Amino acid sequence: MNKADGPKGLSRRQLLLRASVAGASFVIGSGFIAARDAAWATEVSNLKPETFATLVQMARDIYPHDRIADEFYVIAVQGYDNSDHAEEVEAGIAVLDAAARGRGHTGYLDTGWERDRVDILRNMEESAFFQKIRGGLVTGLYNQKAVWPIFGYEGESYSKGGYVDRGFNDINWL
Amino acid sequence: MAAPFDLNDDTVVVVIGTGAGGGVLANELAQKGVSVVALEAGGRYLPEDYVNDEWESFGQLAWVDPRTTSGDWRVSKDFSGLPAWIVKAVGGTTTHWAGASLRFQPHEWKGATTYGNVQGANLLDWPIGAEEMEPWYAKAEDKLGVTRTNGRPGLPGNNNYLVFEKGARGLGYKDVHTGRMAINAEDYDERLPCQQTGFCFQGCKWGAKWSSAYTDIPRGEATGNLEVREHAHVARILHNNDGKVTGVEYFDKDGNLHMQKARIVCVAGNSFESPRMLLNSASSMFPDGLANSSGQVGRNYMRHMTGSVYAVFDKPVRMWRGTTMAGIIQDESRHDPSRGFVGGYEMETLALGVPFMAAFLDPGAWGREFTSALDQYENMAGMWLVGEDMPQETNRVTLNHDVKDQWGLPVANVHFSDHPNDIAMRNHAYKQGQAVYEAVGATRTFPTPPYPSTHNLGTNRMSENPRDGVVNRWGQTHDITNLFISDGSQFTTGAAENPTLTIVALAIRQADHIASEMSAGTL
Repeated sequence: MNKADGPKGLSRRQLLLRASVAGASFVIGSGFIAARDAAWATEVSNLKPETFATLVQMARDIYPHDRIADEFYVIAVQGYDNSDHAEEVEAGIAVLDAAARGRGHTGYLDTGWERDRVDILRNMEESAFFQKIRGGLVTGLYNQKAVWPIFGYEGESYSKGGYVDRGFNDINWL
Repeated sequence: MAAPFDLNDDTVVVVIGTGAGGGVLANELAQKGVSVVALEAGGRYLPEDYVNDEWESFGQLAWVDPRTTSGDWRVSKDFSGLPAWIVKAVGGTTTHWAGASLRFQPHEWKGATTYGNVQGANLLDWPIGAEEMEPWYAKAEDKLGVTRTNGRPGLPGNNNYLVFEKGARGLGYKDVHTGRMAINAEDYDERLPCQQTGFCFQGCKWGAKWSSAYTDIPRGEATGNLEVREHAHVARILHNNDGKVTGVEYFDKDGNLHMQKARIVCVAGNSFESPRMLLNSASSMFPDGLANSSGQVGRNYMRHMTGSVYAVFDKPVRMWRGTTMAGIIQDESRHDPSRGFVGGYEMETLALGVPFMAAFLDPGAWGREFTSALDQYENMAGMWLVGEDMPQETNRVTLNHDVKDQWGLPVANVHFSDHPNDIAMRNHAYKQGQAVYEAVGATRTFPTPPYPSTHNLGTNRMSENPRDGVVNRWGQTHDITNLFISDGSQFTTGAAENPTLTIVALAIRQADHIASEMSAGTL
């Protein structure tokens, strides 16, 4: 099947199929995206739903953490779904999709292997769009308090009296 | 006359900046009965205001006014608008500093003599030395309550330190301990002992770490001789036809320009803002900026040779628990040219939280090589490397007339390129740092590039000969007798040690000098 010849308009079913190839998310109807496991769902108002879904996948491919669920990547890039950023993001994702089509895929989202998507990203990593998304993720993803426990990080400790009685020197394997 | 002081009161000493230099100087002068107006560009934050959250605290405390960068240092690429991670607040960077309080080694006061002719380096001996500084260091250690000095006990080691110490011993290092820290190991000077909370960089919420914000500043104010004006951003220093400074123009937080008259002006705005103020004060009499007959204002910018090593182990370390800088290896701080470089470096534990680790571990990096490292955050240990870098005339702070700050003043451009000696030292330090962790079973190590600079030094350097520098042995400018420099910008060379203790010692000494010259009527 030659996906590059696919139709321009996307039915819900097609989107679902494409999204499921990348394993991330799918688009439900107009402006509504949900994860396949329904762990998260979000509405988009300025970006095309498929653009946003691609952006979420791009975010995961830039900073892939297999133990971090999609909802955190969604939160990390949600700020781009507004009139200030929509045009730039649509254009940037269009370039990403064009690069994927140039490699025989229908678009970025249905490029099945991470290594192939990363290869596409490597070729555009000097672009302003890539750098903007990557730079934004440094705080957008890692500054979410809800992801810290996934890394084992405990955050603030003052309210608990610090670690003076809670294991500041409890290492037991040296 | 007691504080507050009138703008037209020309008997006051104006101190610009309230950090390790300015904050200590202002208090020491006030204690001696001298009237002081301290102008602080930032606001006032105290332990109850500090936030145990890296980015939120950065937003609260960091100096983020525009600056520009150039040169081949990686900071200029990764953090082009943020050459330094320093603080804009009452107390300056003493809110943020880790607390490491080390004296210079005797030979480090004599860089040119000790290191000889290092090509491309603008080395010079300090006009002062170890013997002269000894009593001032002792006073500074007592003021800060430095552990392991003058009979005070050391701090206990946290997990990050215990890994570091074991690796150091495995490698054969001998001079390894929990540091000489301005962090209380027991009650001292009305401050609590360390509660091992972490977040030393975000302001100590217990006040266990010394900061001028809640020690020297309020004590100076309590004398009635010190007035601190917050949100007072200095535009320029004024002078008369005799070439003496007469006052300071500053913007208040609403952008209104004021002029405070002064008998003496002491500049302590750090190594970017201090030369910037002198350069922005250029006049027909001083077309190259104040105190710049040598052409050395802004030059010889030093930032220490820095870098970090993080390492991953197969079991948890939880390095963020406890004191951020919890211990030191001093074996490499000696001068030993057989290693391929002059001068030496210290190895000091360091921990970052997840948000800053993501930003600083390998800035700009992405993909699984990067994220697989962060995935092991709980199993990481970390250290910072800090050593003497070479002063170079071409590493300098200049005015960038194309970029203006919120008050319309040209911003500082910070130009820096590593000297070959800095690179050789960093490579050696990376190798040794990685070896320390490998000696205790690290499965992966990361030679992490320098962060935006916290140790900013040398841009108004001290010299015996007025031709070679900006200030004399007292921090008094060679050109203008009633203009002093009171911060790290007066450093002739940087030495291997964290600079705060030396800045404090110089400020105590300078206050003593200024007060006695004032009473003698010579100032």
